[in-house]
Amino acid sequence: MAETTITRDEVAHVAGLAKLAFNDAELDQFTTQLSDILNIFDTLSEVGTDNVDPTYSVTETVNHLRDDVADNWGQKQELLDNAPLAAAGLIKVPAILDGEGE
Amino acid sequence: MTFNYFEHDLASLHNQLVNREITATELTEATIDNIANTDEQLQAFISTNPDEALAQAKLIDEKGNFDNVLTGIPVGLKDNLATKGIQTTGASHILEGFKPIYNATVVEKLSNSGAVSVGKTNMDEFAMGGSTETSYYKKTTNAWDHSKVPGGSSGGSASAVAGGQVPFALGSDTGGSIRQPAAFNGIVGMKPTYGRVSRWGLFAMASSLDQIGPFTRTVKDNATVLSAIAGFDAHDSTASQREVPDFSAKLTGDVKGLKIAVPKEYFGEGIDPKVAKQVKAAIAQLEALGATVDEVSLPHTKYGVAAYYIIMSSEASSNLQRYDGVRYGFRADDVKNLEDLYVKTRSEGFGDEVKRRIMLGTFSLSAGAYDAFFKKAAKIRTLLIEDFNKVFEKYDVIVGPTAPTVAYGLGEEVDDPTAMYLADVLTIPVNLAGLPGLSVNAGFVDGLPVGLQIIGKPFDEETVYQTGYAYEQASHLFDQHPDIAKKY
Amino acid sequence: MGTGNFETTIGLEVHVEMQTNSKLLSPSPVHYGDEPNENTNVIDFGYPGVLPVANKGALEYGMRVALALHATVSPFIRWDRKNYFYPDNPKAYQTTQSQTPIGTNGYLDVTLEDGTVKRVRIKEMHVEEDAGKNTHGSDGYSYVDLNRQGTPLIEIVSEPDIASPEEAYAYLEQLRQAVLFTGVSEAKMQEGQMRADVNISIRPYGSDTFGTKVEMKNINSFNYVRNALIFEEKRQAEVLRAGGEIRQETRRYDEPTKSTILMRVKEGADDYRYFPEPDLSPVVIDQTWIDEVAASLPKSAGDRRNHYVNDLGIEPYDAEVLTQTLAMANFYDDTIAAGADPKRAANYLIGDVNAYMNKHQVELQDTELTPEHLAGMVKLIEDGTISTKQAKQVFEAIMTGEEPETFAKAHGLVQLSDPDVLLAWITEVLDNNPQSIEDFKGGKDRATGYLIGQLMKMSKGQANPSVLNKLLLAELNKR
Repeated sequence: MAETTITRDEVAHVAGLAKLAFNDAELDQFTTQLSDILNIFDTLSEVGTDNVDPTYSVTETVNHLRDDVADNWGQKQELLDNAPLAAAGLIKVPAILDGEGE
Repeated sequence: MTFNYFEHDLASLHNQLVNREITATELTEATIDNIANTDEQLQAFISTNPDEALAQAKLIDEKGNFDNVLTGIPVGLKDNLATKGIQTTGASHILEGFKPIYNATVVEKLSNSGAVSVGKTNMDEFAMGGSTETSYYKKTTNAWDHSKVPGGSSGGSASAVAGGQVPFALGSDTGGSIRQPAAFNGIVGMKPTYGRVSRWGLFAMASSLDQIGPFTRTVKDNATVLSAIAGFDAHDSTASQREVPDFSAKLTGDVKGLKIAVPKEYFGEGIDPKVAKQVKAAIAQLEALGATVDEVSLPHTKYGVAAYYIIMSSEASSNLQRYDGVRYGFRADDVKNLEDLYVKTRSEGFGDEVKRRIMLGTFSLSAGAYDAFFKKAAKIRTLLIEDFNKVFEKYDVIVGPTAPTVAYGLGEEVDDPTAMYLADVLTIPVNLAGLPGLSVNAGFVDGLPVGLQIIGKPFDEETVYQTGYAYEQASHLFDQHPDIAKKY
Repeated sequence: MGTGNFETTIGLEVHVEMQTNSKLLSPSPVHYGDEPNENTNVIDFGYPGVLPVANKGALEYGMRVALALHATVSPFIRWDRKNYFYPDNPKAYQTTQSQTPIGTNGYLDVTLEDGTVKRVRIKEMHVEEDAGKNTHGSDGYSYVDLNRQGTPLIEIVSEPDIASPEEAYAYLEQLRQAVLFTGVSEAKMQEGQMRADVNISIRPYGSDTFGTKVEMKNINSFNYVRNALIFEEKRQAEVLRAGGEIRQETRRYDEPTKSTILMRVKEGADDYRYFPEPDLSPVVIDQTWIDEVAASLPKSAGDRRNHYVNDLGIEPYDAEVLTQTLAMANFYDDTIAAGADPKRAANYLIGDVNAYMNKHQVELQDTELTPEHLAGMVKLIEDGTISTKQAKQVFEAIMTGEEPETFAKAHGLVQLSDPDVLLAWITEVLDNNPQSIEDFKGGKDRATGYLIGQLMKMSKGQANPSVLNKLLLAELNKR
C-alpha cells in the first residue's frame, strides 16, 4: 500500500467534522504531525488480514439488557443548574441556523 | 500533623482504626496535612475536598463500625472519576468547575466500604498522554525525582501514593495509564481484565479499552482494593457478571511450578538496555523461586501501537463530542451562532494532545479511511489476541518490562507525539486484548524505578497477584523510599 | 408511472416512535406532553462517564415490526454510533444499528387505488434513538428539550420500489396500519410519532441508471409527502427538459405553497463516521426468543378483515372501519368472544361507539365500555329482553361502566314476554273491543294496530312487541 499522506485541506475538512478550528500555523503543524502518525499507521498494511474478523470489543457479556420499566431519577433541576444557560426548563443555545445539523 | 504511610500497609491502618489507636478523623486530617506538606513538590492533586472528607470521617467515627478493611482509610481519585457535587475535570479546561450530579460506581463502592476520598488527582487531559503533562491545570512530578515526569496518564494518583500522601488511589488505564506511572514511581498498579470493574462514571477515553484500577504500595493492598471496586454493575453492560473472587487467595509467596512466558518482542528495539537488564534480573529471581521461565513470541506486538492509536483515537473522537458547550462545562463567550459555539468552545476548551487525537480518530473513521484504518486496526486487534491466546495455552503469566525506559525529564517528550506514542508499546497490547496487567517495582536504574509487568489470562488476576507478591516479598523493594518520605 | 418521458423512483425511510415505558438506553419515562426536560437524567443529557443499557422491551418491539413486515430477524446485534453534532443530540452520536439491523429483507404488500397489489421490498429496519427537540426563539436563541431524546424508534427503510407519489401515499398508510397492528405504537402523526424521510429521483424511461436523488426529511403528514413528491416529480422533469442537471440536495416541504424549498446542496455523501458502539454489550437473538416475540404479535389488520368478512359476514367497508385501530379491532374481537352477535356488535362499534368517541373526543380505551358489557347488551337485544329503543338507554349506561342486565332490570327496561301475563291482557282487551274483532275479520289491518296500542298502554310499554303481536294474532284467529 502506498504511503498515506494527508493534505492541509484534508486536515481542515477533518477539523470541520470534529468542530475544531485551527489557525494557519496550527494547521501546518497538525498536517505534519498527523502525517508522521499516519506513517506509523501504514505499517499495518504489512499484515495480511483478508480472513481475519475484526474485534470491536472484548467484553464477554452478551444480552445485558434492561427490562422496560420507567424510572425517573428526578435530576431535571440539577441538570439544568449545570447548563451554561437555561430558561423555563429548557437549555438555551445560540440560534441554530437553517440547514445546520443532520 | 502528618502521617507516614510508608510504614503502614492497609491491614496495619485497619488494625489501628479497629483498636482505636487512631480515628478516621485523625487519619483524614493527617492525610490533608500530608498533601499540604508535599503537594508543592508533587503537584499530584487538582483539587482536594477536606470539608466533605472530614464530614465523612466524623460520621465513620460516630458509627464506630470498622468491619470493612477500608473503612476510615483515605483515598485519592483520578480526576476522571465522577464524584457527586465535587469538581471533576478530566484535567481539561472544558470541564473546569464542572460538578457531576452522580457518583461513579467505583466511588460509590469505595464510599460504601467507608474509604474517605480526600481529593482528585492530576492526569493527562482526558487521560491522553503518558506523562501527565497534558493536564490543563498543573504538572505533576515524579515522587523519586521532581525533575522527572510521573508517567501518565494517571500520574497524579501514582505520585500521590509513591510520595506518601495517601495510602492508595484509583486510576484508569486505556493503554498503560496505570501500569506505566506505577512503574515510573516504583509502586504497584493494576489494570484489571476488561469488564472486571464497572466503567460507570469513568469519563470515557476509549470505551473498549478503558479500565479502572488501584495504585498501592504493596501487592496485597492492591488485591484488597480491587476486591472492593470489582464486580457486576447493572449500569455497565460491558461489565462482567462473574463473581468476584478473593484476589488475595494466592498471596503465599510460592510460585513453584508457575509457568512464566517472556516474549522476546518485549526486549526488542527501543527498550533501554539498563531497564531490560533490571527486568531480566527480576525474572531470574522468579525462576529462583521455582517458576519455570521460557522465551515466547508475540509476533504482532510491533503492530500494537498503530492498531491501538487508531482504535483509541477513533473511540475517543466520538466519546469527546459531547463536550460541546451546550449542557455543562465550559462554553465559549462571544459566539454568534450554534456552529460558532461548538467550534469556539471545543477549540478553546481542549488542549493540543486532545485535539490531535480527536483529529486522528475523526480521520480514521471518516468515509475514505474507515476500512484502511479503523477496520484494519480492529483486525490486527484480533491477531494480537490470538498471539496471547496461543501463549496462554501453555503458560500461566507473561512477564516483561512495563515501560521501555525509566521516567524521563519534564518537557522532554511532550512535543514529540510519535516518540510519546511508541513509549506505550509494552502496555498497549494488554488493553487491546482486555487482559489483566500488573506493574510492580523491579528495582532502580540511575535512581529511578523500573517496572516489572505481569500479564495474566482474562479474569485471572489472582495468578497475576500471586506472581507479583512472590517477587515483591523476595525482593523487598518496598523498603526503599523516595526522599520525600522524610517529610512525614 | 411518471411525468412525461420520465419514470420516478421513490425510497422512503419511515421512523416510528415505539411506545415503550422507558427510553432505549436509559430508564427515563417515555411520555409525550410533559414539562420540558422532565423525563431526563444524566444519561439522556450525555453526561461525562455515563453508559447506556439497552431496553429489552424496545428490542422486542423492533422484532415485532420486523416479523410483521416478513423480515429476517438478525441473530446478532452490535449497535453502532452515527456521529453528528446538534443540540437535540446530546452525545453528538445517535445509537443505531447500521451494520446489524434488527430486521432485513422484508416486504409490505400495498393495495393500490385500482385494487392491484404491489409488493414494496423493505431493505432493513433499525432500532435507534430519537432526538430531543429544538425550538427556535425570536430572541436569537434556540431552546432544547431532551424529553424525547432516547425514545426508541423503529426505522423502516424501503427499497426504491415506489414509482409514484400515490404509491408512496398508499405505502405509508398501509405501513402505518401494519405497525399499528404490532401494538408497538399508535403512530399518531400529529404527535410526530411517525415521520418519513423521502428521496426521489427521475430518469428517462429505459435508462438503466437512477437519476440523482433529492432528499426531504422528517415529514409528518402523508399528504405532505404526497404533495412534496408531486412537486418534486414536476420540478425535476422541468429541470431535465430544460437541459439542466439535478443536484444532490436536501429540500424541505412548504405546505402553504405546496412546494419544496432548497435547504442545502450535498457535496458527496454525509460523513457520519458510523462505527460499532463499544459501550453496549452485543445482543444475541436465538430462535426461541424470536418465537416468543412472534407469539406475542397481534394478528394483522388484513388477517382480521378476511376473518370478519369471510367468517362473520361483515361488510368489507365495515371490516375496514373495525380495523382502523388496533384498540378497536381488539375490542371487537373480545366482544365477539364474549358471545355477541357479530353484525350487531359491529354496528354498535361503528355507529354509536364511534359517535360517542367523537362527541367526547376520547379514545376507546379511555371510555368505561368493556367488551363484556357491549356483548351483554347485544345479547339482551338478541333474546328480546330489551327493545332496540330501550337499548339506547342501556347504551348510555354501559358507556359509563354499568353492567347492562343489572341496569336494564333496575330501570324497568326489561320487555314483558311472559305469554301467561300477555294472554290475560289480550283476553281483557278483546273482550272490551268487539268492534275491533269485527274489523279484523273484515280485513282491516288497522284494527290490530289499535289493539296493540291498547295492550302496550296496559303493559306500560314493557310488552315485547313481537311476542305480543304473535299471541294477539293467534287469539284473534280463534275468535
